[in-house]
Amino acid sequence: MPQALIRVPAEVKKGEIFEIKTLISHAMETGVRRDNTGRLIPRDIINRFVCTYNGEEIFRADLFPAIAANPFLTFFTVATKSGELVFQWTDDHGTTQTEKAKITVV
Amino acid sequence: MRLTRRQVIGAIVLGLASPLPVRRAAQATSENAAAAIKAILGDAVLREGKVSLDMPSIAENGNSVPLTVSVDSPMTATDHVRSIHVFAEANPRPNVAHFHLGPRAGRAQVSTRIRLFTSQKIIAIAALSDGSFWSGSTEVVITLAACIEE
Repeated sequence: MPQALIRVPAEVKKGEIFEIKTLISHAMETGVRRDNTGRLIPRDIINRFVCTYNGEEIFRADLFPAIAANPFLTFFTVATKSGELVFQWTDDHGTTQTEKAKITVV
Repeated sequence: MRLTRRQVIGAIVLGLASPLPVRRAAQATSENAAAAIKAILGDAVLREGKVSLDMPSIAENGNSVPLTVSVDSPMTATDHVRSIHVFAEANPRPNVAHFHLGPRAGRAQVSTRIRLFTSQKIIAIAALSDGSFWSGSTEVVITLAACIEE
């Protein structure tokens, strides 16, 4: 599976709104391009992204072929408790990739 | 100034041929976008405002155009943005992304990078917790189109 990059602050104050940045390497093949023999290249994209914070969903995205290759997403959340952020990407074949990040709330 | 025969014929050919197919293509794509927007809205009324799109007005490469969409909302348990939907009118498929948020987001702002087939209008629609829908849009000029490269 592809490589994913995640950026979250290591430490945040309780109640603070912080930014989460994610990037995953993926061609995001649109399904409208043709190869050099004129055949359509089948669609193969990451169509879903979910982020949970201590098990509770805080952000979800349904993606379409109009998302650029190597999907990059940034979004925000409120610091509640120390714990774990879990990131999951799902592609057209149903394959998933999961990454985790620790967060400390002071 | 006298016009040459070539100039006259050229003008006639341009005048007759070019506007028709261009207009037809633009109409077809905005119809697709209208259908995609209708699927999100249902019978609700779409109002303009609250949503802002931050994109470059001229993008050199349509394969990766930065997009930041933000919605003016306090993001509390009783008043927050439930989802943000992005559409590109003139793309082969108008849907770009659906973002699902909630009061836990704290700030209704999402950034990503998108593909644009041609210069066009980008529309974002926010669904609020009170059931209302708000929209914002921006125009982007593309010098190198996405979707056609080998």
